[in-house]
Amino acid sequence: MSLAAFEGRISVAARRQLTRIWLYRDFVFGSVKREFQTEYRKSLLGAAWIVISPLALILIYTVVFSQVMRSRLPRNDSQFAYSIYLCSGILAWMLFAEAVERGQRIFIDNGELIKKLNFPKACLFIVLLLNSLIRFAIAFVLFLIFLLLVGQLPGIQFLAFVPLLLVQLVFTLGLCLILGTLNVFFRDVGQFTVILLQFWFWFTPIVYPRSILPDAVRSLLALNPMADIIGGYQRIMVDRQWPDWWAMLFPVVVGVCLCGIGLYIFGKCSGDLADEV
Amino acid sequence: MIAIDVQGLGKAYKQYERGSDRLAEWLLRPGGIRHRLKWALKDVTFTVAAGEAVGIIGVNGAGKSTLLKLITGTTQPTAGHMEMRGRVAALLELGMGFHPEFSGRENAIMAAQLSGLHTETILRLMPEIEAFAEIGDYIDKPVRTYSSGMRLRLAFSVAVVDRPDILIIDEALSVGDAYFQYKCMSRIREFQREGTSLLFVSHDPGAVKSLCTRAILLHGGLMLSEGKPDQVLDYYNAMIARKEAEEEIRQAETSFGRHQTRSGNRKVTIDTVDLESDNGESIRAATVNQPVALRLEFSVRERVPTLTIGMVIRDRLGNDVFGTNTHHLNREIPAHPGAGSVTFRFPASLGVGTYSVSVAAHTFDNHVEDNFDWHDNVLVFEVVPGENPSFVGTAFLPVELEIGRPLVGAEKMKT
Repeated sequence: MSLAAFEGRISVAARRQLTRIWLYRDFVFGSVKREFQTEYRKSLLGAAWIVISPLALILIYTVVFSQVMRSRLPRNDSQFAYSIYLCSGILAWMLFAEAVERGQRIFIDNGELIKKLNFPKACLFIVLLLNSLIRFAIAFVLFLIFLLLVGQLPGIQFLAFVPLLLVQLVFTLGLCLILGTLNVFFRDVGQFTVILLQFWFWFTPIVYPRSILPDAVRSLLALNPMADIIGGYQRIMVDRQWPDWWAMLFPVVVGVCLCGIGLYIFGKCSGDLADEV
Repeated sequence: MIAIDVQGLGKAYKQYERGSDRLAEWLLRPGGIRHRLKWALKDVTFTVAAGEAVGIIGVNGAGKSTLLKLITGTTQPTAGHMEMRGRVAALLELGMGFHPEFSGRENAIMAAQLSGLHTETILRLMPEIEAFAEIGDYIDKPVRTYSSGMRLRLAFSVAVVDRPDILIIDEALSVGDAYFQYKCMSRIREFQREGTSLLFVSHDPGAVKSLCTRAILLHGGLMLSEGKPDQVLDYYNAMIARKEAEEEIRQAETSFGRHQTRSGNRKVTIDTVDLESDNGESIRAATVNQPVALRLEFSVRERVPTLTIGMVIRDRLGNDVFGTNTHHLNREIPAHPGAGSVTFRFPASLGVGTYSVSVAAHTFDNHVEDNFDWHDNVLVFEVVPGENPSFVGTAFLPVELEIGRPLVGAEKMKT
């Protein structure tokens, strides 16, 4: 088979998949909505909790670190610099970690559905990403309100947030595809992922600034795409600078590769998936 | 027009001895296959025309669910291929994905979205769903407050609100009350008239007979028979009855021991006696007229002048029904020391009931002169109804019926 024909075949299959997912768009949106509803349905405050929990988180990081502990970033004397550094990193990390954590057991959690109904399974990932994004957006808007109140709103560089977020989502999706599929066949993957995420969190400059790391460790950071992405957010929010676009090349390449590998594995295994869940 | 076209369909599940075998298989591509295939379904071929209703019957584990999973597309075939023309709706897992905290209305929308319908379509059809389900105000109450019947009503109403081209139904329907079942059936018939093909899986012979024009019997993953529902169901019932009777008799044999008497000088011994079907399986129940074989294994321990081996079948009351031996059948058995076997093949042309078998080894045609070994009631078997018309008595005679024109009556009318 020539390469062109091979590509042609792939694109036909991909287009068919995409058409099916598009057909199920109402299911996707419905599921996103229902997930929120399920969580808060039986609570008195209801949807307010969607706001309260991230608000609490932001308050802790900002008030505690800026006022109580008076933490300061090196080379930045602003009262809130560390809080902003911390929040932008943590919110973005939570978006990533939550999605990966749920993504690796997405097929297992929806096992009954997969076994008994025929629907495009890829929809589940879209539901997952949309859901995580909405949570992130709510928390982030609260964060922006805080920044507005303390007069620290980011500048025009804020626009760069969107492409960075896209890179992060591609990277997340690739990881979810691989881990989620493998976890059906080898449950060790799930256990491993949880531990991996903890190491990964501390191996990414979120709580601490990159500069405090010894040189040897800092050079290792080059292998961590999340360090580049989160570093970008921190630059936008704290330093009001455009992110280092060249540094984004690595996460983009890794993300696209992971998506490719993920789609390959998912494509290979989707037939056996329902039998093994 | 053909709606469902299934050709040589087979499904095998991969079985790995250890989890690591799968990993090894994935990583070491040239390392070869490390799984065994367990076939749940093999070589199934059939077609269903538009508007036709086909029943699928079989005992648990016969492969029905696997077949339906393949047809609905939740699992992929290992062999063969199939084609569905049109929209497939399955009433397999009614209420599947219902969330107990959401209202009936919300769940209905959810369920319809899961089958790929759009929200506006669902909202447009909602009054129809409500009307069909007839659950009144409960439609806006959480599903956790529903009875199982109400859940079924709602789920069914959602599933049939839009006419599918292919409808797949299983036993789930039997949960509803008689009124709702009737309503479902008439809706299904309505669809059928409009061209929906139906695949109906049920243990209820009545429902299969009344809905379906054809039936398929699955057993052990194979298509055992296909034809008119009546015939296939009779075959199925006979199979079930035979299996049950066999089970009972084997249990009786082991729990009570055989009430058998054994006598003889043991110059020749009959070591085992077994009743077998024509494919060599050991059975203890046969359908009327089923070909069976009575197999005896014997050992000649001392030199004897001649050897005859015989058997007699007795009914429940001890009356001889049929008996014969190798001497009557004009066959010589080599009488020198050693082991051998004798097999009597005959159709079980007997009436429904329990029968016992006695066997003997002796000289010539009687066992008085030199009785080597005599087993009374060595084996008990049961004859269960098969596909033949029912009859009374202990013998099944192949009857042919002719009915003449009632000339006498006609002549009488003239005069």
